[in-house]
Amino acid sequence: MVDSSVNILTEWDIVEARQLGRNKAKDIGFGAVDQARITTAISELARNIYLYADGGTIVIEELKLNDLVGIKITAEDKGPGIQDIRLVMQDGYSTSQGLGAGLPGVRRLMDEFDINTIVNEGTVVSIIKWLRLGSD
Amino acid sequence: MDTAIPILKLNDFLIVSIQRDLDDPTALQFQQDLLRRIHETSARGVVIDLTSIECIDSYIARILGDIVRMTSLMGAKVAVTGIQPSIAITLVELGIYLDNVISALDLESGLEKLQRELGA
Repeated sequence: MVDSSVNILTEWDIVEARQLGRNKAKDIGFGAVDQARITTAISELARNIYLYADGGTIVIEELKLNDLVGIKITAEDKGPGIQDIRLVMQDGYSTSQGLGAGLPGVRRLMDEFDINTIVNEGTVVSIIKWLRLGSD
Repeated sequence: MDTAIPILKLNDFLIVSIQRDLDDPTALQFQQDLLRRIHETSARGVVIDLTSIECIDSYIARILGDIVRMTSLMGAKVAVTGIQPSIAITLVELGIYLDNVISALDLESGLEKLQRELGA
């Protein structure tokens, strides 16, 4: 199984990560709606890295667990970290000029969401979407 | 690489069909180009067709929302058309609502809706 990874340094890398994610989601067998959810979630995470962390990586991999198939995206950066995760995970919170969707939005788009952050060291966000048989 | 999005004039209207997912610089360039064209042509309405778009994240959605508000400041109205089911689902789940935006299923009905709104 070949995993894909994109270094996020410029705004073009956001587009690349998005395309890579869409292709992988398509290959795994996700339908149009889940492809859009996955692609958008990757876009949000990649944009966080681009805006706040001065570089980081998006890793996209296929997951197989017993009968389950899914896609896992890991966004890792060595940025400033997040002081108060609970605050950031509240809807409407955003440190950017974005619409404030940010991480709570990403969590809603995916099935699993995990965040680890250490101030002044960096942040790792990993998200998973499971493929449901018979979904669109 | 020329990434400019073509803006067509049709009577009092400007028609834009965005053919691929927007990256940030292209979206910002489009914002400026469109406002300039509205100024040049005194267009009263703009239809932006998004049929071919497969991904709108919060940043691109914000730019689209800004375009609608800026256009309104210039006295013109925007209709957004052709949003795919997957995009509509994703935007709402993400927590993004494009309020006060005229929208329609396709270019043709968007143009009709806009004409009615403007009493044209």
